[in-house]
Amino acid sequence: MVKLESNWLDLRTLDELALQKTPIHQLGAGTKLGTTLAFIMVIASFSRYEVTGLIPCVFYPIVLITLGRLPYQLLLKRLLLVAPVILFIGLFNPLFDRVPVAAVGPLVVTGGWISFLSISVKLILTITAALILIATTGIHAICSTLYRLGVPQPLVVQILFMYRYIHVLLEEVLKTLQAYQLRSCHNSGIGYQAWGSLLGQLLLRTIARAQRIYQAMLCRGYDGHIILETTAARKKPDLLYFAGWLLFFSLCRLVNLPQWLGTFITGGLP
Amino acid sequence: MSHHTLDITDLSYTYPDGTAALSALSLHIGHGESVAIVGANGSGKTTLLSHLNGVLLPTAGTVNIGGFPVTKQTLPQIRRTVGMVFQNPDDQLFMPTVYEDVAFGPVNMGLPSTDVKARVTAALTTVGALELSDRPPYRLSGGQKRAVAIATVLAMEPAILVMDEPTAALDPWARRQLIELLRTFTHTKIIATHDLDMALDLCERTIVLANGSILKDGPTAEVFRNLPLLAQAHLEQPFSLQNCPLCSKSMGNNTL
Ligand SMILES: Nc1ncnc2c1ncn2[C@@H]1O[C@H](COP(=O)(O)OP(=O)(O)OP(=O)(O)O)[C@@H](O)[C@H]1O
Ligand SMILES: [Mg+2]
Repeated sequence: MVKLESNWLDLRTLDELALQKTPIHQLGAGTKLGTTLAFIMVIASFSRYEVTGLIPCVFYPIVLITLGRLPYQLLLKRLLLVAPVILFIGLFNPLFDRVPVAAVGPLVVTGGWISFLSISVKLILTITAALILIATTGIHAICSTLYRLGVPQPLVVQILFMYRYIHVLLEEVLKTLQAYQLRSCHNSGIGYQAWGSLLGQLLLRTIARAQRIYQAMLCRGYDGHIILETTAARKKPDLLYFAGWLLFFSLCRLVNLPQWLGTFITGGLP
Repeated sequence: MSHHTLDITDLSYTYPDGTAALSALSLHIGHGESVAIVGANGSGKTTLLSHLNGVLLPTAGTVNIGGFPVTKQTLPQIRRTVGMVFQNPDDQLFMPTVYEDVAFGPVNMGLPSTDVKARVTAALTTVGALELSDRPPYRLSGGQKRAVAIATVLAMEPAILVMDEPTAALDPWARRQLIELLRTFTHTKIIATHDLDMALDLCERTIVLANGSILKDGPTAEVFRNLPLLAQAHLEQPFSLQNCPLCSKSMGNNTL
């Protein structure tokens, strides 16, 4: 028996984490969005063979996770979910790029492996940053900021409802599966005879559910426009936060900190 | 909007799959009336209520609310007038927190944020769910969800209140609270229910549905004394009317 109940509740934990009131959560949504974008851009701008230079950037997610009181395990689980995608994106690099760049004993390290490592680290960092943004800001606040920044309303509404509906629809899927499992005696997955009717069931049920929710929204005056409210940012801490991280990012980007630290400690030995 | 009346003439509805749920049903409900709609499972109560705010549009016949026909054009106005509590609260709650959910309607009405706040607080207080404000709705118990769903509608201050099984899944105390709350709501109210004791308590008029048409429409007390009629509609007399010594004793000092 799959632990459906616990799994589907898990889906919404990001939303719940966003309701916390830590210093990070209290920053304006725009500030956090800006900082996250800056972080992602800096990460993306590193050269494809850069690995050591990326290491100090880990500092950013760690600080946010700690100050924002986010559970590590949850973010790790999400990362595991996208791990196959990361592997797939980077997989071809070692095959195509076979120029040896270093040798550790008999082991020859090719440029492809280095860039594979670099891409993986970059993807992990940027995805983590995005997850942290959602978990510390909430999708609603992010969307209203996007809207204020000039992203067209229909697009923002799309993002918002896609996020909301995915949860609702997944719930419906999991409930149907659970109902099936509870009444099927063999617990080894779903029998192939049942797949057809079960899939049809799922489709109809999710459509009906989405329709009922949409009706409920209409009944409460929804007309395709949502009024998005944001809490006004407290100017000074927000500015400091943004400027501070920007400084740190530029430092990471312009100076290879680990290398610099190495030369500093060893006194610049060749 | 002075008159919150409701006129239904020859209303028929057939679901897309061919199920004829309502057939040539006519009724008039006056301003300030409180009406119970009772009937067996599948008799058409939910279908009838769905026509009152345009969730379903008639296959034949018309529905008029406050003099306006319910059509695609009048829907925005109709939906401000008619507040609908759905049978399943899960369909009604979709925002991340209880507070935001209750605020959804008032915000859409374009109220300034201070008014929104006042209305949300008032509505949640009325249903006794103020302390749930910051909780996510999908984590509430069935009865708490029901209370919040009612608050979402109360926050819009509708002129006609329509409820589908409002007391289902409520514990006796919450049920009693709700009944007292509904009693204070002096506008027109229409309640579909299997809780006949509540119907007797709140509604002076009762409409009995069977197979999509009206079997009987009359004063509640009278309808519930008509045993053959109740049996025909798969209903039973409310406990408070049955001559059970236990119930009538508790009746003596209670306002059941
Ligand atoms: N979405 C639908 N598609 C097709 N038929 C439907 C649909 N919803 C309801 N029906 C049918 O319409 C008839 C009336 O259903 P309705 O939901 O109005 O009953 P009800 O009186 O509200 O019952 P209950 O007391 O169980 O809530 C039933 O025969 C039902 O099977
Ligand atoms: Mg019903």
